[in-house]
Amino acid sequence: MTVKIEDKLFLDRFRVDQEPHIRIADNTMCMEKCEDQPCLYFCPANVYRLEKDRIVVAYEGCLECGSCRIGCPHLNIEWRFPTGGYGISHRFG
Amino acid sequence: MQEEFEVAIVGAGPAGISAAYTLAGRGIKTIVLERGEYPGSKNISGGVLYGHDLAEIIPDFTQRGCPVERNIVESRLWYLSRDGGYSAAFRDQLFYDRMPPNAFTVGRARFDRWFAEQAGEKGALVVCSTVVTDLLRDGDNRVIGVRTDRIDGDVRARVVLLADGINSALAAKTGFRPEPKPHHVALAVKDVVELPEEMINERFNVETGHGVTIEIIGGITGGMDGIAVIYTNKNSLSLCIGANLSDFMENRVRPYEMLEGFKNHPMVLPLIKGGKSKEYMAHWIAEGGYDAIPRLCGDGYLIAGDSGMLFNALHREGSNMAMTSGRFAAEAIMEALEKGDLSRNGLAGYVSRLQGSYITDDLKKYRRFNTFRLRHHELFTTLPELGGFAAREMLTIDGISKKKKQKAIWKKVKKDISLCRIFRLLWDGIRSVK
Repeated sequence: MTVKIEDKLFLDRFRVDQEPHIRIADNTMCMEKCEDQPCLYFCPANVYRLEKDRIVVAYEGCLECGSCRIGCPHLNIEWRFPTGGYGISHRFG
Repeated sequence: MQEEFEVAIVGAGPAGISAAYTLAGRGIKTIVLERGEYPGSKNISGGVLYGHDLAEIIPDFTQRGCPVERNIVESRLWYLSRDGGYSAAFRDQLFYDRMPPNAFTVGRARFDRWFAEQAGEKGALVVCSTVVTDLLRDGDNRVIGVRTDRIDGDVRARVVLLADGINSALAAKTGFRPEPKPHHVALAVKDVVELPEEMINERFNVETGHGVTIEIIGGITGGMDGIAVIYTNKNSLSLCIGANLSDFMENRVRPYEMLEGFKNHPMVLPLIKGGKSKEYMAHWIAEGGYDAIPRLCGDGYLIAGDSGMLFNALHREGSNMAMTSGRFAAEAIMEALEKGDLSRNGLAGYVSRLQGSYITDDLKKYRRFNTFRLRHHELFTTLPELGGFAAREMLTIDGISKKKKQKAIWKKVKKDISLCRIFRLLWDGIRSVK
């Protein structure tokens, strides 16, 4: 049973804000101090991905739940809402 | 914006719109600021709303085009192990034709939009695509309006209602409500699966317009403190699964993989077979209960709905509390405007209304429920498997006597979980809901 997050996000309607609404404050912290890196798992849109020596943020597919903001063990994620009218728009909800 | 309003409301969800409808209906100049493209575009719930609380605001909502998906006539509870599970259901004729309907499913993108239109018709101004980024305060720290992400985006108002939901970046920023702790929220994901209306009728054994809710716990959340639901819409099913965020952090489970596992469970698969996934979403559920509720009003502001953590986790009731708290907030605001006192004292009618209602009573009643679940993970690990084992043993006809089977079950129970633990579970469980 495999499920690809890309296939799930493909169902949603996004209007992507040019300006990212999520930023990792200090990537060194992620790589050197954060052993568990739980954001790589609990994010329901798999926004956080490990690439060689850093964690990259695919904010475009963010479902705006806010979990990373409070679930980062080092509170190392700066998170705001996308600009008004941007981000995900539910069609059914 | 140069114009000054009497009331500014942050968020066009059930709480904000209920307040806006009530206020505008009494001629109070009200603005609602919504960050989505349209009301509902950012909103989700499992999808059940309650007629009683909505009818207190719009008595004839069914005649006014409220986008009801299905009227719930049956509630099922499932306790699932990995391979199967127990099922209990309750259906009652009383739920069939009752007006207003007791509980009904909606798609929030459609419902919230309709609800906001009703408030608009009463005279409330609903402005979308606008994020409230801060609150304006005077020298005495009283709230006197909101700052938005639009150019010249300050909106002045005599009082501000924060109805911006559980994930309130604004509350976090301004400190009006502390950020929730990970164990105070559940992270839930939802799939909407499309199926023909008649097929849903057949699979759930209901007539057109009638629906079923299924609330599910057990092994499906991978041992985490969580719940899943299946709700019937007109021609789709809502499938949600969620678990406590602190459990997600520890267990390294991907929410969408857990959802996929749930959809493939032998009890679930036959219901959704042939269906087409239409939308995938994620949201928090406020699970902190009574003790996580922040101070709900202060000088120039009030907090309603999910933003105030008003959610009954045991009964999965939140939208009703959002609507009623929004209405209470509006009534208290009108009182305060009449008195000309918008201080915390002047707005205290809000708190006393909540305290005199089912909202505070229910949240108090279940205040230990969150801790109970977090302390008793065996509810999601050992117990569903033991339950499955016991029933499977007793129902398997294989020439072994029932007495021997009982012995084997008892032996396994004692091996997998201590009697002391079971006693503790029952004791804590009863105390958490009594």
